[in-house]
Amino acid sequence: MLSFLVKRMGMALLVAITVSIVAFGLLRASGDIALAVAGEGATQADIETVRHQFGFDRPLPVQYLDWAGKALSGDLGRSVYFRVPVSELIAERLPVTLALGGLALVFAVLLSIPLGVIAALRPNSLLDRVCLWIAVFGQAMPSFWFALMLMLVLGVSWRLLPISGTGSFKHYIMPAIALGYYAAPAIMRLTRAGMVEVLDSDYIRTARAKGLRTGKVLFKHALRNAVIPVVALAAVQFGFMLSGSIVIEAVFAMPGVGQLAWISLQRSDFTVVQGIVLMLSVIYILLALLADLFNAWLDPRIRVA
Amino acid sequence: MLRDFRLSRRLPPLASAAALALGVGVAALGPAPAMAGKADDTLTFALEQEVEAVNFYQSTSRDGVILSRLIWDNLVYRDPVSGEYKPSLATSWKWVDKTTLDLELRKGVTFQNGEPFDADDVVFTVNYFTSPEAKVKNTSSVSWMDHAEKLGDYQVRLFLKKPFPAALEYLAGPVPIYPNEYTKKVGQEGMEAHPIGSGPYKVTEIVKGQSISFVRNDHYWKGSPNGQPQIGKLVMRTIPDKNTQLAELMTGGVDWIWKVDKDQADALRSAPNLTVKDAETMRFGYLTFDAAGKAGASPVNKLAVRQAISHAINRKAIVDNLFAGGAHIVRSACFPEQFGCDQTTKSYDYDVAKAKSLLKEAGYPDGFSITLDGYRDRELAEAMVGDLAKIGIKASLNYGKYAAIRDAIRSGKSQMAFMTWGSNSIGDISASTSVFFEGLPDDTYNDAEVKADLIKGDTETDPAARKEAYSKALHRIADQAYWLPLWSYPYTYAFTSDLNFTPTSDEIPHFARASWK
Repeated sequence: MLSFLVKRMGMALLVAITVSIVAFGLLRASGDIALAVAGEGATQADIETVRHQFGFDRPLPVQYLDWAGKALSGDLGRSVYFRVPVSELIAERLPVTLALGGLALVFAVLLSIPLGVIAALRPNSLLDRVCLWIAVFGQAMPSFWFALMLMLVLGVSWRLLPISGTGSFKHYIMPAIALGYYAAPAIMRLTRAGMVEVLDSDYIRTARAKGLRTGKVLFKHALRNAVIPVVALAAVQFGFMLSGSIVIEAVFAMPGVGQLAWISLQRSDFTVVQGIVLMLSVIYILLALLADLFNAWLDPRIRVA
Repeated sequence: MLRDFRLSRRLPPLASAAALALGVGVAALGPAPAMAGKADDTLTFALEQEVEAVNFYQSTSRDGVILSRLIWDNLVYRDPVSGEYKPSLATSWKWVDKTTLDLELRKGVTFQNGEPFDADDVVFTVNYFTSPEAKVKNTSSVSWMDHAEKLGDYQVRLFLKKPFPAALEYLAGPVPIYPNEYTKKVGQEGMEAHPIGSGPYKVTEIVKGQSISFVRNDHYWKGSPNGQPQIGKLVMRTIPDKNTQLAELMTGGVDWIWKVDKDQADALRSAPNLTVKDAETMRFGYLTFDAAGKAGASPVNKLAVRQAISHAINRKAIVDNLFAGGAHIVRSACFPEQFGCDQTTKSYDYDVAKAKSLLKEAGYPDGFSITLDGYRDRELAEAMVGDLAKIGIKASLNYGKYAAIRDAIRSGKSQMAFMTWGSNSIGDISASTSVFFEGLPDDTYNDAEVKADLIKGDTETDPAARKEAYSKALHRIADQAYWLPLWSYPYTYAFTSDLNFTPTSDEIPHFARASWK
């Protein structure tokens, strides 16, 4: 188990490093970064000041290593736009993103697990196809479009929910639906597959033969077993949602990490983009690692693989 | 371990996930925002971008300028309608020589924290923000000043580094006056958290990434050219997405938005309770050509080709059809309202036949292929590509980020580019033409004659002599077709009909001048 853990964490670290190098390189390839930071109306003097102040005049590998070295000690540098520590910026905005991601996950699970169970009752029936269609619809739509449609119907026409901002719990409902719907098909398919398999197993047949009520068979005996891999998947989906909230946060004007990433990308605020990429990849890697460990603990065959 | 796990597994997994998410969610929720509108005397306006710093000297964004006009006052006030310089914190000023300006200051003004305004505040503001330790973000806004000296409690002498005729324009713009005692006490970070100025509105709350709230400064000094602020509370909300802004406006979540797109504006004009206005801004578009051949041999090195292209672009059709309203053709390489922007230069009217004959004369009877670089307004760029095709020029559009395109022009990798320039809202030609033709890094034309004239205009203090020098430069730029000036950019504003609001060309919404009907 220990060697598995070490190997898995080593991989995770490599992924994080690669991701940060790619983020660093791509931002630098998008034009003179000092000019981008100084802004559209900047004079040459402004641009040179920025170049010097932020050390953009140093060789690229030096700039990267300097950043990476500090990142290892928890210092993600200062935002070139906001001029405050990146960790501070991220910490300020992370609660919004976590709340949104958490609610989106709850929505995805509440939508997809019942759909998966219903679909599994009559595999390949019309009901099965309808459930699948409902789930896939969410994935097929561009999330910004779906978000705008929600806004138009629930916000503008029916005036049921506030349109943007984060003032109350109600503010989170539309964004959570828009974000969570996207993750639903994967969870639904896995639930359905697990249920189909479990419902076909001997102990369910036994349970039914004993004369237990269908509800009890389904939810007490079958779902509990079928849902185990779903927990691992949901952990990974949560990671997806944190990074997928970029568009949703921008559309709903939520001051989360996603919106911060969006504006920082537009302004080539590379320390912030790198910080967010690193943080999200670390969270994602940790979630995936936890899921793997969870699976390995469940199934010893994975440990030696 | 095993037992623990089994215990926890008995908890319904969904319920615990929900509880966790809701717990985090509730922690992230703040108080509900107040309803906007005339009824509770709160004007809520939406801006696209979060300002990087409320502390003006750490900001370069337009939104920072908008906020600064609410919080702080300047020594001089530039009337956004007439363009006149009017007394503000300085009641009068006098040039001692080309680099020394004496200012008489206003008595009886207090900052929002009660600190009285006097010469010490001006001396502190100038001397501190011109020093390297202040790390001012937009250095050019203060770098023209050397230092200031106190001549009396209400008299200050300002020393410039070199003659700088646009000094008043800058004093009226990017040099807000800070209270010396408060700023020294709390530092720039303290000013960021709790900004204090002498302006018409006082900041009451800053919610990072989301909103900034203001309350009217009821002790605002009498006689301000701003007038007394009318509306009780202002709320600035950051809403990046235009569609969301529109939805908020339609449902009363916000009262005021700007930069509305043409199609949206057309739809809004018929909406009840909303006013839609188009107003010109100082931003203009232009085509720049690689006249000096920095990007290698290219047809646009030839004057006749540049002139042919200039005649081929149907600017009027683009202005009439692709803008919501309020855009105008720009003739010279500057914004018409800027000081020194002579509009009598050679004009390139739309004339396909003339364009074709010029191309033929240049040795390209069948046209040629070229790349047009651009970074904004793709539809306008595409319209120009279409116009060029009519005279046989096959232009392929290379669309990129602003920094990348400006970088390509500077480093001699662009043959022709469609750019825009906002002059930082400075109503002086030195903030536009001089940036591009005076030998600075954006000058790819290397025209010594133009350069000399611009330098003369930029350093001369006599207005007539300045105008003459600039006029010469602008005529030569037009004759040589270094640029094809295109059009001015209007902004379309949409706001509740309850509001009296007049857009101005300085790209700054002056909320302190707004009132309810």
